[in-house]
Amino acid sequence: MVKRLANFLKHSYLGLVLLFMYAPIAILILFSFTDSRTMSKWQGWSLGAYEKLFADGAVWVAVKNSVSIALISATVATIIGTFAAIGIYSMKKRRRMVIENITQLPMVNPDLVTGISFMLLFTAIGFTSGYLRMLIAHITFNLPYVIFSVMPRLRQSSNRLYEAALDLGCTPMKALTKVVIPDIMPGIISGFILAFTLSIDDFVISWFAAEGVQNISIYVYSIARRGIPSHINALSALMFVVVAALLVIVNLRSIKQEREAEAQANKLRSK
Amino acid sequence: MESNHLIELVNVTKEYSGEKALDNINLYIRNGEFLTLLGPSGCGKTTMLRIIAGFTMPTNGDVYLDGKRVNEVPPYKRRVNTVFQKYALFTHLNVFDNVAFGLKLKKVGKKEIQRRVESILELVNLKGYERRWIDQLSGGQQQRVAIARALVNDPEVLLLDEPLSALDKKLRKDMQVELKRMQQAVGITFVYVTHDQEEALTMSDTVVVMNEGKIQQIGTPQDIYNEPKNKFVAQFIGESNIIDGVMLQDYLVSFKGSAYQCVDTGFEPNEPVDVVIRPEDVDIVPLGSAPLTGVITDVVFMGVHYAITVNCNEFSLMVHTTDYVPVGEHVSVQILPDAIHVMKKPKTLDESEAIEATQEMKAIEEGMDAEEQ
Repeated sequence: MVKRLANFLKHSYLGLVLLFMYAPIAILILFSFTDSRTMSKWQGWSLGAYEKLFADGAVWVAVKNSVSIALISATVATIIGTFAAIGIYSMKKRRRMVIENITQLPMVNPDLVTGISFMLLFTAIGFTSGYLRMLIAHITFNLPYVIFSVMPRLRQSSNRLYEAALDLGCTPMKALTKVVIPDIMPGIISGFILAFTLSIDDFVISWFAAEGVQNISIYVYSIARRGIPSHINALSALMFVVVAALLVIVNLRSIKQEREAEAQANKLRSK
Repeated sequence: MESNHLIELVNVTKEYSGEKALDNINLYIRNGEFLTLLGPSGCGKTTMLRIIAGFTMPTNGDVYLDGKRVNEVPPYKRRVNTVFQKYALFTHLNVFDNVAFGLKLKKVGKKEIQRRVESILELVNLKGYERRWIDQLSGGQQQRVAIARALVNDPEVLLLDEPLSALDKKLRKDMQVELKRMQQAVGITFVYVTHDQEEALTMSDTVVVMNEGKIQQIGTPQDIYNEPKNKFVAQFIGESNIIDGVMLQDYLVSFKGSAYQCVDTGFEPNEPVDVVIRPEDVDIVPLGSAPLTGVITDVVFMGVHYAITVNCNEFSLMVHTTDYVPVGEHVSVQILPDAIHVMKKPKTLDESEAIEATQEMKAIEEGMDAEEQ
């Protein structure tokens, strides 16, 4: 009996894990292809939800806000964060450790606290532009994540690279742009992707920090109080497909790069 | 200042939080010479190189390059290039762009860059590798790229920081010969840092032996090997028997109860001295044909020769010889006058303690490195 259970788990464990992870999304995608008020009953195949989605102007304003804020905040946070990481990295050991910890504290701070403190700050200084309030909040909460993903790459990179650049005639600034930054580029890119994802995902901080501006999550939340209309299923399904496609492309690229590197290494070894 | 002194260090001291990494160094380097800074880890040789390159500023003293004081001149304004220990090549660039890096910064014309990179790659035997990426090269090839990247800028001085330490023994030997060839081909002054005495002796015109931040001896490889100035140099360069002795008078030294003819002069009568006898300079002869006698206690085959230990009553003598002698045999040992080299005793601390002290220094310097980063 125990043996049979063990055997069953051996063959199906991973399948079960994947099932738990993907079942909700599968249901969502399935129900985006039916036109029903409630999700309790299947009402037959239909593309009605998608038609409604493309006809709804308010959705697309929210999508535009989400995407533009994610792009701009990720870009700005990546630039500021990269230079901050380089600065922190070149500090003396003790100061570096203190500053590194201070910059990473906001990552564990509850979103609710961050959001409310933004609201209080913006109200106190009388800053009213909703879009800019959201943008500034997103740049700020993205910064620690960028520093966090650039730092390990800097640690891997050798100080000698910077010195080699100076040695060959670079001014310190040129050494940074021509040698150090290209060397830590993988860390910078992953920092950017992380920041973009966090920004497009955010609800709590945006909800409190911004006023009168809706991104996707705020929009969905505001209409979901009256039950989730089917075109939101369609929107969620589309978002999932886009993200999944991006993920597949990124992974395929890194697999291809790994294969090439391996082939080259083999070629070297056989020489 | 004489015109052929390309680099001059005057009273240079470097302190790291109170510890002296360099202690009042005075050294000049002539134009076109191959000079090696040799010493154990933590002796200050790398610090000296970094001061010449401009990465580190001396705490006290002055550095002159081509007659001009350069203490405050940043590395990118010095006509000095460095080959780093782990090469520090730019992995986001291919071989050509790595080598062309310095020339592009100097706004050299495209055709000129092409020509110079090609000719330098030919010099380092990497013709045809222009489009390769750095991680597609072997260690030895990366080494050559690092040398080409520095040399192509036509520096006044090329600084090399233990460039061969990451290569295996066979490759290292080949590269020693290669480096010497390259230096002679381009005629540029090389300042080479190593802890490998064999490397230093093979390649250099001048060897500077360092320990504890001080220069122990400056000389040609022959001088350093045959006429070590003190016990530290004698022990660090090659194997040697070092015996306490007394200089009785010019050309006569006494140790272990007997007097020997020697070729050294200039000591006080009865001055205590260190006597150096290189193992390959003494010979084992049939019993009775020389005054010093002993018993063979150990024989090790070393390939070219045997390393034989002879116990001569009060002391053991290491002898290198191509003739096999069995353990237990009673023999005589012949020490001719020119096999004996007499050195002054160090004035302050015992130098064998100094060697132990360098271990501590090494730990301190590594700590500094970590802090700098």
